[in-house]
Amino acid sequence: MEPVLAIVVGILMTAAVYLMLSGNMLRFLFGLILISNAANLVMFTGGRLTTGAPALIPYGADSPAGDVANALPQALVLTAIVIGFGLLAFALVLVFRAYQSLGTLEADRMRVAEPEEESK
Amino acid sequence: MAGTPGRRSDLYTLSGALPVLIAAALFAWFLGMAPAVAGGEVLRWAIPWVPSLDISVSFLIDGLSLSFALLITGIGALVLLYSAAYLDGHEHFSRFTLYLTLFMLSMLGLVVADNMITLFVFWELTTITSYLLIGFSHAAPDSRRSALQALLVTAAGGLALLAGMILLGVAAGSFELSEIRAMDEPFTEHAMYLPVLILFLLGAFTKSAQFPFHFWLPNAMAAPTPVSAYLHSATMVKGGVYLLARMHPTLGATDVWTWTLILFGGFTAVFAMVMAVRQTDLKQALAYTTLMALGTLTLFLAAPVGYAITGMMTFLIVHSLYKAGMFLVVGIIDHETGTRDARLLGGLARAMPATTLAAALIGLSMAGLPPFVGFIGKEILYAGGLEMPGAMLVLGAALTANILLFATAGIVAFKPFWRPAGGELPKSPHEGPWPMLAGPLILAALGLGFGLMPVFIAEPLVAPGVEAVLGREGTVAELTLWHGVNLPLILSLVTFAGGLLVYLAHQRIRAMLAAAEARALDFDAGWDRFLDGLKAVAGWQTRILQSGYLTSYLMWIFATMSVTLLVTIGLRGGIDRVPVFPMLDVTHWIVIALVIAGSAVAVFSISRIAAIAGLGVVGIAVALIFVLYGAPDVAITQLLVEMLIVVLFAVAALHLPLLPREGFRKLHALVAVVVGGLTTALLMMASDGPIDRRLTDYFEIASWPEAFGRNIVNVILVDFRALDTFGEIAVVVIAALGAYALLKGAPDKEES
Repeated sequence: MEPVLAIVVGILMTAAVYLMLSGNMLRFLFGLILISNAANLVMFTGGRLTTGAPALIPYGADSPAGDVANALPQALVLTAIVIGFGLLAFALVLVFRAYQSLGTLEADRMRVAEPEEESK
Repeated sequence: MAGTPGRRSDLYTLSGALPVLIAAALFAWFLGMAPAVAGGEVLRWAIPWVPSLDISVSFLIDGLSLSFALLITGIGALVLLYSAAYLDGHEHFSRFTLYLTLFMLSMLGLVVADNMITLFVFWELTTITSYLLIGFSHAAPDSRRSALQALLVTAAGGLALLAGMILLGVAAGSFELSEIRAMDEPFTEHAMYLPVLILFLLGAFTKSAQFPFHFWLPNAMAAPTPVSAYLHSATMVKGGVYLLARMHPTLGATDVWTWTLILFGGFTAVFAMVMAVRQTDLKQALAYTTLMALGTLTLFLAAPVGYAITGMMTFLIVHSLYKAGMFLVVGIIDHETGTRDARLLGGLARAMPATTLAAALIGLSMAGLPPFVGFIGKEILYAGGLEMPGAMLVLGAALTANILLFATAGIVAFKPFWRPAGGELPKSPHEGPWPMLAGPLILAALGLGFGLMPVFIAEPLVAPGVEAVLGREGTVAELTLWHGVNLPLILSLVTFAGGLLVYLAHQRIRAMLAAAEARALDFDAGWDRFLDGLKAVAGWQTRILQSGYLTSYLMWIFATMSVTLLVTIGLRGGIDRVPVFPMLDVTHWIVIALVIAGSAVAVFSISRIAAIAGLGVVGIAVALIFVLYGAPDVAITQLLVEMLIVVLFAVAALHLPLLPREGFRKLHALVAVVVGGLTTALLMMASDGPIDRRLTDYFEIASWPEAFGRNIVNVILVDFRALDTFGEIAVVVIAALGAYALLKGAPDKEES
């Protein structure tokens, strides 16, 4: 099943990179959402897939019964989702605030720090 | 300035007197070692520095080190004394003596270091301190340029040297030069010999200003005269010669070594002397004679012949004595008359008797006349040259250089004092103060004294030095004034006759040379072009890489990533078998369809709400994947976060402008497809093959007995890796605080 998810991740990456390369900051943020999802799926798939067996220990047992899903990548992905959300929320506010100050969402026209050179 | 009533001379202050005393004390200390070294003893100290890398701070004193150490401290003391009067009352006098003392100590460390890393550290310290000294008159753009030029040239050579040292240390298995010298198998047989040799020669040639790296040395004359006397005659530039001498037993005695040194040294010597006659500035003329001396020293280090090395060691000492003295004399002339122009100066003998005496004695030694030590040095060089391979070439170079040296001695030491002045002098000449006279007079006296009694330098310095350079007992030539009528004596006579002729005709020769120079290759201008080119390349690549446009940065990042991955996959081999695609059931098809549809809407829609909805669909599809493969906790978090994102964006979108319509960006699409395809390929490769489950196994076994939790993922998060989770919470809090601050800060109306 991993190769199928690898293709799904590839599709997400392609869409994410295309969106991020757009000069529009809102589209860039959309790309950021997709690339976070793709990264999480990479981690999850890299830990191998186990269908329908969560990493739980049944009552009365000391360890899980039979093969269960790999718990380590899940823990990492959980952390990554939350951090990704923090990043995204902050980036969104930053873009919002930049638009308020600069009046544009086009990244290449935000040139307060590096004004356009005359020679170009 | 000096002599202002009521003002104490800088010599009697702490920063004036202390350095002189330090230098004198060190000189006395090293002099105390002379008897032991003359007896063939080698003194060594070592302190471990980085024991794990076999690097220690180790010092070794043999004949070669001791000769250099005595020159450095002895001339150092005289130059420091001289500077106290020369720069008396200068606002940065303390700074100057600090730099000069630091330089002296660095140079001292260089010549006594045994460990290569220690040597390199001191080597670089001399580069840095000399940069500070050359640029001492920091207000003058010329001075800054010269300092930077010297720094860049010698530091570049220093880098080559470092590479050579590491290569040598690794290949030979030791960083101690004495251990490498003591090895049974000569390093010249080693496969790494040639690269090591080239790197060492680069270091030595840049430091000792051998052609084609010679151009920085005359420019370094921008420094105050005591610095020129010290750094650019007696010490720093000889660092390269010292290195060659030091490495002679290890790297020498091969054809490559011999011929490289003969060609570069010989050419530098002759070229420099032609340039010296051309100069009208006394200091510049002396600078070029220094180049000649360095070339000659390099030339005579070429062969493992006892006579040639004796010549090298003798000339080293002789040259340091007369060159430092001569520079100091020029400094006095400059200080007391206000000019260094050879065409103007004249008739100083009456006004400056002591200076005249020193100049005459030093000049005679420099010209190589008997009974001065310069004569002995020159004779030995000729005798040594006869023994060397390519004797005609060596003798030709040495003879030409010495003829011109004779003429230059006349221009510098005779003409300004005894010939009538060529014009009005800026200041009426008068005698210099005693601290300035002490150095030249002592050095002049030594030049005469050692000439009459050469045994004082032969026994303690030259003989052990030759032994150290050869790495074995060698035939040390006897130093005497009278060898009988032989070829060296005849060559000496030819030198005098030729030198006299050149001196008499020097004004005409100068005019001819000036005309020739205008057509010749100008290395100094070439250096400027080189630097300009370097800056242009730097500017060009900065403009391309650091364009200031977000999309261009991202393009570079993604393109670099793609190229790196493609190259790695190409080199290491990619997927070696076709991955197995299982039969998919309906749920899987639904998930895949949702991801594709959601992404497509997000990419192509120009409606903000539609795009955000598309992203939501993708998020839910990903959550479904988590559900399918046994990760309910992740799925729940994913759903929650996805909803929050949709809400946040929907709210924000109300305040943001509409998405602009944009055409299909072909180049961006290509990059995106390459990155996406590579991610797929990487993930396929990574998930193909066995997985290391050791950590997971541990968590599965330890979760209940140790942490009393049945949900392993949760136990990992809140127990085993609780600190990570704490960090994660901190990140979210910081993001929230940042967002709050951004939203609350009043919009800056001026910039909108």
